[in-house]
Amino acid sequence: MKFAVLAGPRVASADRFGAGPSVWRRFPSRTATFCIVELQKLSHDRTELFTRAVQPVLWLVIFGETFNRLHAIPTGNVPYLDFLAPGIIAQSGLFVAIFYGIQIIWERDAGVLTKLLVTPTPRSALILGKSFAAGIRALAQVIVVLVLAAILGVSLTTNPLDLLGTFVIVMLGSAFFSCLSMTIAGVVLKRDRLMGIGQMITMPLFFASNALYPVKIMPCWLRDLSKVNPLSYEVDALRGMLIGSPAHLGLDFAVLAASVLAGVTAAASLVDRLAR
Amino acid sequence: MSAGPAVAVRGLRHRFGEHVAVDGVDLSVRRGEVFGLLGPNGAGKTTTIRVLITLLPLQEGTVEVLGHDVRRARMAVRRLLGYVPQQLSIEAALTGRENVSWFARLYDVPRRERKLRVADALDAMGLTDTADRLAGTYSGGMVRRLELAQALVNHPALLVLDEPTVGLDPVARNGVWERVEEMRQATGMTVLLTTHYMEEAEALCDRVALMHLGRLRAVGAPQELCRALGPEATLEDVFRHHTGNALEGDALGKGGLREVRRARRTAGRVG
Repeated sequence: MKFAVLAGPRVASADRFGAGPSVWRRFPSRTATFCIVELQKLSHDRTELFTRAVQPVLWLVIFGETFNRLHAIPTGNVPYLDFLAPGIIAQSGLFVAIFYGIQIIWERDAGVLTKLLVTPTPRSALILGKSFAAGIRALAQVIVVLVLAAILGVSLTTNPLDLLGTFVIVMLGSAFFSCLSMTIAGVVLKRDRLMGIGQMITMPLFFASNALYPVKIMPCWLRDLSKVNPLSYEVDALRGMLIGSPAHLGLDFAVLAASVLAGVTAAASLVDRLAR
Repeated sequence: MSAGPAVAVRGLRHRFGEHVAVDGVDLSVRRGEVFGLLGPNGAGKTTTIRVLITLLPLQEGTVEVLGHDVRRARMAVRRLLGYVPQQLSIEAALTGRENVSWFARLYDVPRRERKLRVADALDAMGLTDTADRLAGTYSGGMVRRLELAQALVNHPALLVLDEPTVGLDPVARNGVWERVEEMRQATGMTVLLTTHYMEEAEALCDRVALMHLGRLRAVGAPQELCRALGPEATLEDVFRHHTGNALEGDALGKGGLREVRRARRTAGRVG
């Protein structure tokens, strides 16, 4: 009989795993699970990678090439295209992550979220897992942009450690922005509202950062905003590792890690609202 | 763990703002039985289930699942559960096997057992041949069976099914009933399901509880409840007897619109 394979003392079999892995093992385990699922989804449908590449191509090829010739933005000895490429990489991650909350609302509507919330997964581990899954999707995007930047002649590092650091920073940045998106999803609860808010905050986040121009040429008020914008720290770290600009890597990493922690806490505290 | 009932609910009361969705429910589900929670839309079935599976916080009363208090031992309760929600809730962008494997990981099925457990669960649901197809290409009945495979992969002690056949055609519905019955006979697990299909309750349940406007109106074996009403009485007559006009709950707006919308969405996804 087919069901013989599932037979056996049910309570004993459920108890066999006891209380399950410790909380500290559960977090990396769940994060890895959600990352694997995201990679599986990407492997079945890669069209999004190419459609999402259009915008960074426009920024690099049209905006970047034009301003490279104009010399309108003072970037010292660094060609503007080289200066811009890390900013566009961070922007690609931001654009992927900031709408990630839509996925959690879709999962709520489809009943998947309630099933996930009934598994022995702490809410914060669920959010952390999902945020790093967003990071995986952003990373796939970033690799496309990196290749494009290399083709356009941007002098990128070939140091494997710097590239690894780049991926870590992109993961952290995307994890934070996806947490922000899931937090907003937990507040507004509806897809169209989240779309509106996502569109409302994306460009201000982008323009109030050092992605397009150095902080020193910003007006004072914008400079202050850029100091509290995690995207600025992401771009600073990426510039340091990819094109060797002076950067505050320790501070950048600490700010991004702390932002992820705060984002996970906020989104985890609101995720139950979505399931009610 | 004690050998008490699989589910013990005492004085359960749950409010959404001013609205009392569940109003002092006492319920006991024996180990190994298939127990049906019946009632019209807005009766409080889904709220009761949601408290029981730790999706909603316990506001008032006590609820124990297999000896674990849902307020104090939520993780222990979740570890013993398999849950299939009302909506068709699979990840369409993954294959059937990946969908089941995902939940095996989330239930901490050890890596060395995972592959076999996933294959076994798919086989038990008759999905081995289609396991590597994207779940988005499955029919409604196959999706339901895939959800059952997901719910079974951790060998749950309590399987909770919320309207398991809503939106399915009669053939697919029979297929789900057969699987649930086979599963229960082979494994002896406790099954708790909600439904408003009387024939489903008669076909599957050892005992049923009728809920209306947040309260339990009757509990017993379907045949007993029918006999108590009259020699010719059907479960539908029992249902009408205890709930009055079943549309009353909907007319009062006790969750009716949301339920209908959800059922339509599920039916829409089935196609």
